[in-house]
Amino acid sequence: MSTPTVTGRVHSFQSLGTLDGPGVRFVVFVQGCHLRCGCCHNPDTWLPHEGTVYTPREIVDKAVRYREYFKEEGGITISGGEPLLQPDFVREVFALCHDAGIHTCLDTSGSILNDATKAVLEMTDRVLLDIKYTTDALYRAHVGCGMETPLAFLDYLNEKQIPVTLRQVIIPTLNDNEENMLTLRAIAKQHACVDKVELLPFRKICQVKYDKLGIAFPFADLPEPTRESMLALEKILYDQ
Amino acid sequence: MQHKNWNGFKTGVWQDEINVRDFIQTNYKAYEGDATFLAGATQRTKGMMKKLESLFALERQFGGVLDIDTATVSSLTSYSPGYIDKENEIIVGMQTNRPLKRGVNPFGGMRMARQACEAYGYKLSNKVEEEFKFRTTHNDGVFRAYTDEMRAARKCHVITGLPDAYGRGRIIGDYRRVALYGVDKLIEEKKKDKARLAENAFNTDEIRLDEELYQQIAFLGYMKEMAAMYGFDISEPASNAREAIQWTYFAYLGAIKEQNGAAMSLGRTSTFFDIYIERDIANGTLTEEGAQELMDDFVMKLRIARHLRTPEYNELFGGDPMWITEAVGGMGEDGRTLVTKNSYRMLNTLYTLGSSPEPNLTVLWSTALPENFKKFCAKVSADTDSIQYENDDVMRPIYGDDYAIACCVSAMKVGKQMQFFGARCNLAKLLLIAINGGYDTTSGMHIGPQMPVLEGDKLDYNTVMERYEIYLSWLCRLYVNTMNIIHYMHDKYAYEKTQMALHDTYVDRFMAFGIAGLSVVADSLSAIKYANVAPIKDENGFVTDFNTTGDFPKFGNDDDRVDLIAKDMTHRVITELRKTPTYRKAVHTLSVLTITSNVMYGKHTGATPDGRKAAAPFAPGANPMHNREENGALASLNSVAKLSYDDCRDGISNTFSITPEALGRTEEERINNLVTILDGYFAKKAHHINVNVLNRETLMKAYEDPEAYPNLTIRVSGYAVNFHKLSREQQREVISRTFHETV
Repeated sequence: MSTPTVTGRVHSFQSLGTLDGPGVRFVVFVQGCHLRCGCCHNPDTWLPHEGTVYTPREIVDKAVRYREYFKEEGGITISGGEPLLQPDFVREVFALCHDAGIHTCLDTSGSILNDATKAVLEMTDRVLLDIKYTTDALYRAHVGCGMETPLAFLDYLNEKQIPVTLRQVIIPTLNDNEENMLTLRAIAKQHACVDKVELLPFRKICQVKYDKLGIAFPFADLPEPTRESMLALEKILYDQ
Repeated sequence: MQHKNWNGFKTGVWQDEINVRDFIQTNYKAYEGDATFLAGATQRTKGMMKKLESLFALERQFGGVLDIDTATVSSLTSYSPGYIDKENEIIVGMQTNRPLKRGVNPFGGMRMARQACEAYGYKLSNKVEEEFKFRTTHNDGVFRAYTDEMRAARKCHVITGLPDAYGRGRIIGDYRRVALYGVDKLIEEKKKDKARLAENAFNTDEIRLDEELYQQIAFLGYMKEMAAMYGFDISEPASNAREAIQWTYFAYLGAIKEQNGAAMSLGRTSTFFDIYIERDIANGTLTEEGAQELMDDFVMKLRIARHLRTPEYNELFGGDPMWITEAVGGMGEDGRTLVTKNSYRMLNTLYTLGSSPEPNLTVLWSTALPENFKKFCAKVSADTDSIQYENDDVMRPIYGDDYAIACCVSAMKVGKQMQFFGARCNLAKLLLIAINGGYDTTSGMHIGPQMPVLEGDKLDYNTVMERYEIYLSWLCRLYVNTMNIIHYMHDKYAYEKTQMALHDTYVDRFMAFGIAGLSVVADSLSAIKYANVAPIKDENGFVTDFNTTGDFPKFGNDDDRVDLIAKDMTHRVITELRKTPTYRKAVHTLSVLTITSNVMYGKHTGATPDGRKAAAPFAPGANPMHNREENGALASLNSVAKLSYDDCRDGISNTFSITPEALGRTEEERINNLVTILDGYFAKKAHHINVNVLNRETLMKAYEDPEAYPNLTIRVSGYAVNFHKLSREQQREVISRTFHETV
């Protein structure tokens, strides 16, 4: 499936990733995404033909330079964009990371589940699964796909016993309500592979990126959640 | 030898010779626990701090200087005793007779003393003018000997900040010796050394040392007199923790009364004091609260130490610093940690007394430090932005386990090594002088070897490097010779009698050279090598600007193509410096450190091939140029970590600012991640890092409304400052620095 000549398109690197997976992580933002989430803060990663071409070896050579910072917990995270649009590349990067003893983490929407993505998961130590909403209607309205694949993706992770961090961006008026929190909690409880749930506040600092690209920011008019409202939602989510 | 005040201490060779390290190693108790044992500030401490806060506010209102005694030359016994609140003070002693009143110290140079008084609306008294009329100052001596070329290099700012008109500093007396042995024993040992001197050949070196020993002995006597004025007899060893701290402080106080050196560092005292504190706690005469109170009172004294400076001086070293650097932690050569409970107490003063730039708390970091201590340090950093970290694993193999840090990043064995401080030369400006064949476009001066301006409409890397080497070789010889004059004259006219009395008689000396503009030069050479750099000439045919097109690797992105240019540059500089012999056979060392002078160095440097505009600030120390880092914080740290400590034995300073959000979501995550970053960075053999955890917005608010942020402390370059004490220009530069943040 993966060949030594496979290459990938990369948007950028963040050598100090503390928010995308456990510990200190080298984060690779790959280029290309098929979804158009209204809250997306990386619109510059959407177009699949942009970015810089790298071989998996080149990526791992970079990651190895940060080995001293990884300790037991840290490692590499591939984010994006949607990494699963370049499954052969991601699989090869992760395979080489495993050879080098580096922990691998995949940050994905879980919206593609096929043999190629299953092959990626064989080399994945943890998945950061972005459950964007808890209803199919909201998914279809604000993501650009249905909810069934992410849920099937999660079932598959559960079956393979791959540790999962569930993540959700909290967007006022759309998902900052109790019902959503309770559903999210239920989803987490139904899947033993989920050992962590993180709520991320919706932020609008990406407005500048949209302006630069000349694209309208779909959620430009929505407010950012307050610190208090985040704490209140977390209380519902984590209680008991 | 035995002494009743040593009862309860384990015996060792420290009793038979002056050997503080042996005393520590034989007696200290390592602590691997967490911070929960710490006590808070007592009511007394809070009351004292309140008094100090109002004095600090008054000092701010008075334009930075509260008062000057213009009629008295500062020395150990020249002022009557001073107090903040005599009844309530635990540790006593003041530089002058009142807190925050500054003395004058004209031994470095009369002009500086005069100008400093005038800058704050005072006039140096006729009495002092008369006293110094027939005295040669250090500054007089230096300018008698300077060559025309040295004056020119100084004037055009290719070498600047030289200690030729103020005290050189960067000498750490082993102040602990006074506590452990008492002054009489120290005098006795010095007298023995002096008597032995004439046993062998007696010539220039020996005669000079002989006179120095005479002065050392005399000043140890003055130290006793000074202590007696405060009602203490320090001729015998300290008998308890309070006395140990008081004796040590008197020794330090003597040094700062006698000398106005740029950096007057304290050394490595916390673990030494811990031995006394443990003894007192064990015999029931001291509680944890009392121990913290002792440290708090000591640190309060350090926080009110001041020297009188000129505005020009403040441009180089902004924020009114003293560099009362205290090295905390580290590991012992036997593998035990040197962290004690008192290491915690020292850091805890940032909570009991609030955050502060002084003393300059420097954690000697080892990956082997107890995890509890690492986490406490990270927490204190995140809360106060007042600590710097230096790599004990890199320094210990060279200096052993009883070294300390002078100023920001200069390591030396306490009481056994000293340095001749030498500010820095401007590598970026030198590049422009080389391209222009010995012409400095900023000052309009011809300097160095004279040759034609580089030809061609595109700069060629090899041609530029060949040229650069010629000029580097010229500058390094000039730099060493200039330093030789300065330190010859400093020894002759402003010798540090108190501090050297607290050293072994035979010391090792370093001569500490420095460079500014390393990242500018590295990026400029990278641009010449990997992009297209077209020189732009003025009407006289001199290159005054560059048109750089195309992309090129920039320092701070973990890219070997440019990082190795920077590393190679430091190697070339130290190699060139070593070719010229030094005064008193000092060992050549090199630092990559600018303090706040990166602003001033930039101001005097034309546009550079990396795209930096004329007069724009350099990055501080070894930092990458602001906002050129494209791959995040660790890539930036990795670039700096590549600079070799073997080439830069006087230290490599890196200042790192990160937003709390970028460190992690919860406090626990942030602390763990900061520990991980420090462990990783130092495992890569990096030397130093200043850590700031804050948002740029905070600084911008403080810039707009300084009064609202009187205690905002920020680490800048090897030291910390109260943000409001920086000049507006320095504040803007600090705000413009890279803040690693989430995207």
